[in-house]
Amino acid sequence: MSALTVLIAGFPLLGFLCLACAPLLIRRPLSESASAIIGVGSVALSAVAWAILATHHASPAYVHLWQWVSLPPLRVDFALYVDALTITMLGVITGVGLLIHLFAAGYMRGDDGYRRFFAYLNLFVGAMALLVMADNLVLLYLGWELVGLCSFLLIGFWYRNPENARAAGKAFLMTRIGDTALLIGIIALFWQTNTLGIQAAMAALQDPGHNDRMLAICALLLLAGAVGKSAQIPLQTWLPDAMAGPTPVSALIHAATMVTAGVYLIARCHALFQSSAMAMQTVAIIGTATLLVAGSSALVQTDIKRVLAYSTISQLGYMFAALGAGAFSAAIFHLVTHAFFKALLFLAAGATILRVRHKQSLDAMGGLARRLPFLCACFGVGCANLAALPLTAGYFSKEHLLLAIWHNQPPWLWWCALIGAAITGMYSFRIFYRIFFGPVKANDISRLPPAATRWQMGVPLVALGLLALAGGWIAPPLESIFVDAHAEPASLVVGIAGTLATLLGIALCWWFLARRPGSQALGLCREFLRQGWGFDALYQRLFVRPVLWISRVNRGDIVTQIYRGISALSLGANQFLSRAQNGTLRWYMATLLAATLLLLLVVHALARVSGP
Amino acid sequence: MNAQAIAAQSAESLQQIPLSHGLALAAALFCVGAVGMLIRRNILFTLMSLEICTNAVALAFVAAGAHWGNPDGQVMYVFVVTLAAAEVAIALALVLLFYRRHHTLDIDQLAAMRD
Repeated sequence: MSALTVLIAGFPLLGFLCLACAPLLIRRPLSESASAIIGVGSVALSAVAWAILATHHASPAYVHLWQWVSLPPLRVDFALYVDALTITMLGVITGVGLLIHLFAAGYMRGDDGYRRFFAYLNLFVGAMALLVMADNLVLLYLGWELVGLCSFLLIGFWYRNPENARAAGKAFLMTRIGDTALLIGIIALFWQTNTLGIQAAMAALQDPGHNDRMLAICALLLLAGAVGKSAQIPLQTWLPDAMAGPTPVSALIHAATMVTAGVYLIARCHALFQSSAMAMQTVAIIGTATLLVAGSSALVQTDIKRVLAYSTISQLGYMFAALGAGAFSAAIFHLVTHAFFKALLFLAAGATILRVRHKQSLDAMGGLARRLPFLCACFGVGCANLAALPLTAGYFSKEHLLLAIWHNQPPWLWWCALIGAAITGMYSFRIFYRIFFGPVKANDISRLPPAATRWQMGVPLVALGLLALAGGWIAPPLESIFVDAHAEPASLVVGIAGTLATLLGIALCWWFLARRPGSQALGLCREFLRQGWGFDALYQRLFVRPVLWISRVNRGDIVTQIYRGISALSLGANQFLSRAQNGTLRWYMATLLAATLLLLLVVHALARVSGP
Repeated sequence: MNAQAIAAQSAESLQQIPLSHGLALAAALFCVGAVGMLIRRNILFTLMSLEICTNAVALAFVAAGAHWGNPDGQVMYVFVVTLAAAEVAIALALVLLFYRRHHTLDIDQLAAMRD
């Protein structure tokens, strides 16, 4: 048991070490095949370890490895905790991670940084496994920071383009805001409960005599960390720019796993959140606002990957709304199905982008269905899931979400979620239609030579497609962990309303695409949405410009100016006095005489003053 | 008439001159020397003016010593004369070198040595 849990995180970390140190050991560049075998193999072993763990061992289990810090009363153990929630998350991380690694082995072929790419990806999988297995908040924070680092490194993977480096820096800074809040929250929670262990802290919350206001503040600080990592309002602006990274990275880190760490954190600390109705309400409102803002922005984007990025933010918003409604298992269920279909969408988009010579704009595509039938089918399955068409995995999980919001939230939040469902239907259909159908653009895509999709890329697409179709029937067994708020039976009306909203959205989108109504007001609105509701411009005005202004004002550093003044004074005095030393003897004599005379006069005057 | 009597007589005769007269003469001499130092460019005249200044100071010592009946003033005079002799010896040597190098006695040309 303990060996298996260690191996799940250990294999990818070992793979990272091998890939990172290989050039030092063998003294020549590692071949692409060797990099791919180490990179994919380590995650495959990790997935096997997960499969054995999930099928052969009872959970929950506690694995104590060693004592990390001991400063009584502070005690931090390097300990892992594995329960059904952890196993579910690990399944997504290792399973989807393995498929994306395999895809990347084909996708990244020929890239200069092939080995570096797999080293980062392996480090990411290891760190993410550590994050979800951590028994205490400090270990969780370690994993949290490591995945943030990997995200930064992989967004800026093609660092020679300054745009990519800028996007990486932006992602790092924006998530850092949340991370700082999370760290403060961890310390505050330690202050309140006197323990850093997650399970121990949650158990301690049951004891009476806690300061409810402080616990609410702890919950809000943890929420701020989750908001940063999961790209929710107001820290959502980094995720669309994060699409500068290679597509497999977008699939693994910015869709399937890392951005869901926030959802995991809230689900893991659900006892803390449930102790404060205000915190739960905040989670729900943030989620709902995010799903509407990001969904409407996704409607008008022209870059495939940006559409998918905004749809990811929107789907994460759904998960947050469900968390706020107390439907933790529904949120985790949606997390799992979302990982399947969003990874599928990103990988299919990546394969398509590769086939059309790295064009990402929807305007350059159209009518690709006949040229790329396989990718069209994969993308279609993904879009059907995204729109939550009946019988897909996305349908089942989203139905749970809507049901939970219906039962536990005020009606206006449910209506917002329903409008969000319609918007989801619209943008899912729009992107699918505009890539694979629609008018064929006058470009060279139709004349591309037919090329088979590499098997490394085809196999993951098929596997993810099957998971996205069938994944809805295997809901993760989370009843032992969460006492979900929605114990009520499924409501037929709610289910039908969700489906109707989606179909309405698709119909509306069809009408828009067919009629193409255009007016100036609509154009302005479109531009506003395309900029993601102007959040970037707002932050530019609110934070970036004032900081730049202050730095411009203080360019010379006011404190330094004082010291500069002293040195300038000394220098000036030096120059003045050295002018007296002009080498003319007669001038020396004159000054000597004058000074003596002056001195005598002074002495005389003093004697007169002090004399009798 | 022995030597002691002569000294006593001369001291007596000097004492008849008021101190202010001696000091005024010394001051006038010093001013002459100082002005000479300031306005003459020829290095030889500068040295001569310097000698006048030195002697003015020496005169002030002697006058004061006579006024107080103290031989220290005359002792100081001997020192001043010694100092002046040494100074002139070195200064004339320097003037000679200066003249050989620059073929001039203009003291302002010495400023070129500053650089």
